[in-house]
Amino acid sequence: MRNENEEEKLTPEDFERVTIDAHHSERIEKPSLSFWQDAWLGLRKNKAAIVSMVVLLLVILMALIGPYLNGHAGDSQNLRHANLPPKIPGIEATGFFDGDGKLAGKTVNLYEMKKVDEYYWFGTDGLGRDLFTRLWEGTRVSLFIAFVAAAIDMVIGVAYGGISGYFGGRTDDIMQRVVEILIGIPTLIVVILMIMIMDPGITAIIVAITITGWIGMSRIVRAQTLKYKSREFVLASRTLGAKDGKIITKHLLPNMLGIIIINTMFTIPNAIFFEAFLSFIGIGLQPPAASLGTLINDGYKVMENQPYVLLFPAIVISVLMIAFNLIGDGLRDALDPKMKD
Amino acid sequence: MVKYIGKRIVYMFITLFLIATASFFLMQTLPGSPIASYNKLNDTQKAIVEKKYGIDKPKPVQYAIYMKNLAKGDLGTSFVFKGKSVNDLLATRLKPSLILGAQAMVFGTIVGILLGMLAALKHNTFWDYGSTFFAILGISIPSFVFASLLQYWIASEWHLLPVGLWNDGWKSSVLPSLALAMGPLALSARFIRTEMIEVLNSDYIMLAKAKGANGFEIAFKHAFRNALIPLITVLGPLAAGLVTGSLVVEQIFAIPGIGEQFVSSIMTNDHATIMGTTLLFSAFLIVVIFIVDILYGVIDPRIRVSGGKG
Repeated sequence: MRNENEEEKLTPEDFERVTIDAHHSERIEKPSLSFWQDAWLGLRKNKAAIVSMVVLLLVILMALIGPYLNGHAGDSQNLRHANLPPKIPGIEATGFFDGDGKLAGKTVNLYEMKKVDEYYWFGTDGLGRDLFTRLWEGTRVSLFIAFVAAAIDMVIGVAYGGISGYFGGRTDDIMQRVVEILIGIPTLIVVILMIMIMDPGITAIIVAITITGWIGMSRIVRAQTLKYKSREFVLASRTLGAKDGKIITKHLLPNMLGIIIINTMFTIPNAIFFEAFLSFIGIGLQPPAASLGTLINDGYKVMENQPYVLLFPAIVISVLMIAFNLIGDGLRDALDPKMKD
Repeated sequence: MVKYIGKRIVYMFITLFLIATASFFLMQTLPGSPIASYNKLNDTQKAIVEKKYGIDKPKPVQYAIYMKNLAKGDLGTSFVFKGKSVNDLLATRLKPSLILGAQAMVFGTIVGILLGMLAALKHNTFWDYGSTFFAILGISIPSFVFASLLQYWIASEWHLLPVGLWNDGWKSSVLPSLALAMGPLALSARFIRTEMIEVLNSDYIMLAKAKGANGFEIAFKHAFRNALIPLITVLGPLAAGLVTGSLVVEQIFAIPGIGEQFVSSIMTNDHATIMGTTLLFSAFLIVVIFIVDILYGVIDPRIRVSGGKG
């Protein structure tokens, strides 16, 4: 609201002439931000992404140290301790995780019945293996497969798309014909066929996931390369005598970094899903190796009587997938220049 | 356009041919034999069995015969189900899969569209966050986890619906359809939300508001129709997701469908059936992607596929 009295008090002495300094118009007010600072500024505003990052770090931490926390080995079988429900010290007094389980339709404390003094935090499976240890070992394997597969996808995709887009002409033609045919083949079919002919194991799963996984990345990188390589700054650099290698690493890749990272973030949950899917239908990892998929498969088989065997790996895989998707969404909002105002 | 369609059809056949060839030769390298207790047979018996299934001939000849039959639409004879042709085997199993797929698709997209619209119209409110979170859950939680949880709580704990099998009329199809519908639901909800928010900010919506159109009219008549067009682009991934989902969901609910057949023929090394199912799935997905590409060009004139250039 305007106050008339105040307005009257203003005298010419209150004003000062501003001189326009040519240097000032060129001055950059804020410190210039690196790519990562800029990304972090954008990402910081996204609460869901930040929470997901914390959760994800916790899960990764547990995957690294979890198996050593309670002194049970993931592959040590103790049939006397088979099919024990979860029992956690401290929480047991509340009535949850107190070792009560169903036996022949009645609820009994299986720990007392079987005279087990130890605690199995997440219970044991039919062979008496500690599920807490196995869960984190499985998480570690699943994460390992996902990260390696995503990294390979990224490297092949960037190289293929980059070469195809940058050199263009005949090279591009041939490379794109190959992609056009490969893209028509349903991923799932290739993955299953590949895994069937290889010895089951981590390598087989990674190869199967990556064999067509890189195509999406290569197409994005090719499109980006085509977009940037005809821009003036690339022309300027070339005129100044920069070699292809320098143009690619110095000018093209930094501009594409955002979209490459976003795409990789979405490849990871995809890889986790495919690993779990393959293990669930029984052609992924083979026992006694554990992954989230095999654990869910084990849990599914005994779901009726020991639902906790299914519950914990199901929670971990869901949390992981949600976290990766939310971080991916957050990064896309933060990094994608199209989304910026 | 005609040239583009022609080119795409040629590519489709090349792709199918490559898949058929690749799967044929991959089958040959598979460990294990399709004939159970093969190792217990003596040489004469082996020769008889091999002759019966045509696997006594050299590989290239087998390949040529397979391709010739394939061109006629004959997928061969199952190794496991005695004397049954793969065509018959798959034909009997097509119906449950189609019913489940169609129900999941219809239910998923309709609920997804409604959720997405709700989120966009109530942008940045509780409803928006709620449905966005729901969509993230749907995208993130693997279908087999969701299916097993549904089966555990609804069927086996509360006895509301059958645990599995395909013998209880529509009731059998509810849980598997729900499990399959989560993917399409979440994807279309997310997609419609983004599109609607963009459309709602456009000038012609402002004009409609200025002219006094009520909220309902704006939402359905103006915004929704424009937001719907791009949804076609996600139909391809949706169909692929349904096929992936059907493999496990049919397995979990013991539905006698194509997906269940595929998984069990992998387990029994039934080469002819594996190849037949692979080709069926591939053909389905290739055709869906093709239709989507064509539809997209037809519906949205801004996206004109370049005729002969590409």
